[in-house]
Amino acid sequence: MSSHDTYDTTGPRDVASKTQQARMGDVDDRFNSRLRELFGSTPFILTKFDAFLNWARSASMFVLQFGIACCSIEMMGTYMPGHDLDRFGTGVPRASPRQADLLIVPGTIVSKFGPRMKRLYDQMPEPKFVVGMGSCTISGGPFQEGYNVVKGAEEIIPVDIHVPGCPPRPEALIYGIRKLQDRVQHGESAPVTVKPYELEEFGDLDRDEVVRELANDIDEETLVMRYNWGDSP
Amino acid sequence: MSLEAPHEDPLARTDDRESLESILGDHAIGWEEHVNAQGVVIRPDEVQSSLRALRDEGGFDHLSSVTAQEYADRYESIYHLSKYDDRTQEVSVVVPTAKEEPVSQSADAVYRTADWHEREAYDLVGIEYEDHPDLRRILLPETWQGHPLGLDYDQDKPQLVSLSEHANPIAEHHHDEEGETMFLNIGPHHPATHGVLHLKTVLDGETVVDVDPDIGYLHRCEEQMCQQGTYRHQIMPYPDRWDYVSAGLLNEWSYARAIEDMADIEVPEYAQVVRTMGAELCRIAAHLISIGAFALDVVGDFTVTFQYAWQDREDVLNILEDLTGQRMMFNYFRLGGVVWDLPEPREDFFESIRTFLDSFEGSVDEYHDLLTNNEIFQRRCIGTGHLDAETAKSYGCTGPVARGSGIDYDLRRDDPYGYYEELDWDVAVQDEGDNYARMLVRMQELEESAKIVDQCVDILEDWDEDDREIQSNVPRTLKPDADAEVYRAVEGAKGELGIYIRSDGSDKPARFKIRSPCFSNLQVLGEAANGEYVADLIATLGSIDVILGEVDR
Ligand code: SF4
Repeated sequence: MSSHDTYDTTGPRDVASKTQQARMGDVDDRFNSRLRELFGSTPFILTKFDAFLNWARSASMFVLQFGIACCSIEMMGTYMPGHDLDRFGTGVPRASPRQADLLIVPGTIVSKFGPRMKRLYDQMPEPKFVVGMGSCTISGGPFQEGYNVVKGAEEIIPVDIHVPGCPPRPEALIYGIRKLQDRVQHGESAPVTVKPYELEEFGDLDRDEVVRELANDIDEETLVMRYNWGDSP
Repeated sequence: MSLEAPHEDPLARTDDRESLESILGDHAIGWEEHVNAQGVVIRPDEVQSSLRALRDEGGFDHLSSVTAQEYADRYESIYHLSKYDDRTQEVSVVVPTAKEEPVSQSADAVYRTADWHEREAYDLVGIEYEDHPDLRRILLPETWQGHPLGLDYDQDKPQLVSLSEHANPIAEHHHDEEGETMFLNIGPHHPATHGVLHLKTVLDGETVVDVDPDIGYLHRCEEQMCQQGTYRHQIMPYPDRWDYVSAGLLNEWSYARAIEDMADIEVPEYAQVVRTMGAELCRIAAHLISIGAFALDVVGDFTVTFQYAWQDREDVLNILEDLTGQRMMFNYFRLGGVVWDLPEPREDFFESIRTFLDSFEGSVDEYHDLLTNNEIFQRRCIGTGHLDAETAKSYGCTGPVARGSGIDYDLRRDDPYGYYEELDWDVAVQDEGDNYARMLVRMQELEESAKIVDQCVDILEDWDEDDREIQSNVPRTLKPDADAEVYRAVEGAKGELGIYIRSDGSDKPARFKIRSPCFSNLQVLGEAANGEYVADLIATLGSIDVILGEVDR
């Protein structure tokens, strides 16, 4: 084949292909690569299985396609040509939570959306990671004093990385995701967070004043989230 | 009621006190002076007949907004009326109701748009509307207790929010007697809803029988935030976050205009030109995203048009960042002007705008090639999502949605502000009322905005160096007169963006109400989409172009 001629057939590569031939039989030249050359005569590397998995995991994260508020516009800007998040292996938003392992929370979470976000998070398969984007996901941001605003994503789900800003610039988001990838690669897990807001069955709640008022409207089995605004930070 | 024949000439002025008196007769039980309009007080059980008289005899065919508020001794709903044919004629219809029993008649029978506006008033303030077809909460969850913008609301009280199991589409579902229908949830987490919107859809086969938009997944208490801020500096950052798809300066202008009119603040001409230029750059950026996202919705064009549009927007954002210092949340307007002058060296700044405008002409042609001249695109858009002018008016549609239905209404021209009057540009109108028409309007507006920016650059280049006044003198602590009330609107990216402010003499507004164009426009979705395929519902939603931050506020 003519393409053979263009290869340099001396040096370690020669050895490599001999070994390779011995082990794998005749394979096409196309399977040879610089990497193979570097490994020299052995096509094996020795590593811990976990380390390998973590490395692979960090280099190919699937983001949930998830937009909430203003920050999601900047997040989309980060996917787009100007900043191209895909360069770091994180650029394929998945529309279904069941195919995603990274949740970027881009925006203000309000009471009505809290249970939905929790549900989406629960639907993602383990291991899963969360990047909180913007001040809103840290504390409620500019809307912290709002009667309807959850004071940060961490009130509902654990967050690995917080990216501050309103909105954070694309560069900042990329930095945050790179940080997360570093952590994933080194096997560091999400910090344990206190999660005051859980989805519970209505029937399981303590019968206090609020619950009694709603008892006629809500079914025992309906899932509810109870917001104790007075205790929020 | 007067027995006069309806006004033949829609342009004849009927907004002064005499005409209103003759139209309303005994309905009027009192008069108020609002900064923008004559206010007339009517009884809560005569809302329908009064509004009907104003619409049919007075020609007030546009219900912009409904403001509800609680005073120490009463509740009040204000209906802000004006005319599509002459925006400068306005009247505020004030309906007080008793504190113990805040019940007032619904205006839904006269203006369809009142439906959602009154639901919002009920939800946030707690006024009940008789005869309302469907008085439920709209922004807050159904299970919410209390009305947060009422005076005695306790914000620390715990609240419960339910996650009801979604209806099972396989179970039997009968929307009406005959049809075998199916229930389909679209959203609140769905790529085609452009944010956190939930459409409760009933399908018969593939045809949409009914669609009920469920909003409130992004209700961030913007009005409360503005009521807690001081006029001078603490409110301006919030408008950027209403319509957050790059329309920042357009939104800021709505607040600036309302408060400047209320407190009688002059804006130097130079600052007006800078404002106009910045605002139109924002409009270009906002329309670009709208067009790109629409291409994604209807022809699945993720790779070309969508990315081209984002790239062009990125160029606009670079210019705006040079001007304002921020990419998205500009906070650039100040009462009485703008925060700082154009960046130095000015020549380079002008040069960068010129370079952008030159290449932009080609971009627009390219979008036409890719979209409007594309047969697949045409097949998806021409004749779908039809909305006629009468329906659009009754729902209070404005912006490209109204102009796509042949309503020649643009506040930049009809209620001039800024520097628009001095410039040479046209209002884009299309008569067909389908998805294609609405997209064409946006395309034309891209070109018109580019024209405006171009002229502003010329003017700014020649502006005398010693005369570049960017801000007028505004008192450090601004306290407008007590009980002054104003409703003022500007042409935002999506339509009429209006602000109502009532002052109580302090340095913070007593009531701050946002009239969002998307809120009214979204309401019309059912009219445009019912009876069509569900795929066209997505196209229609895309061409109505809602931003949930602005819908929910
Ligand atoms: S952090 Fe700022 S930009 Fe991001 S969602 Fe919140 S308000 Fe919007």
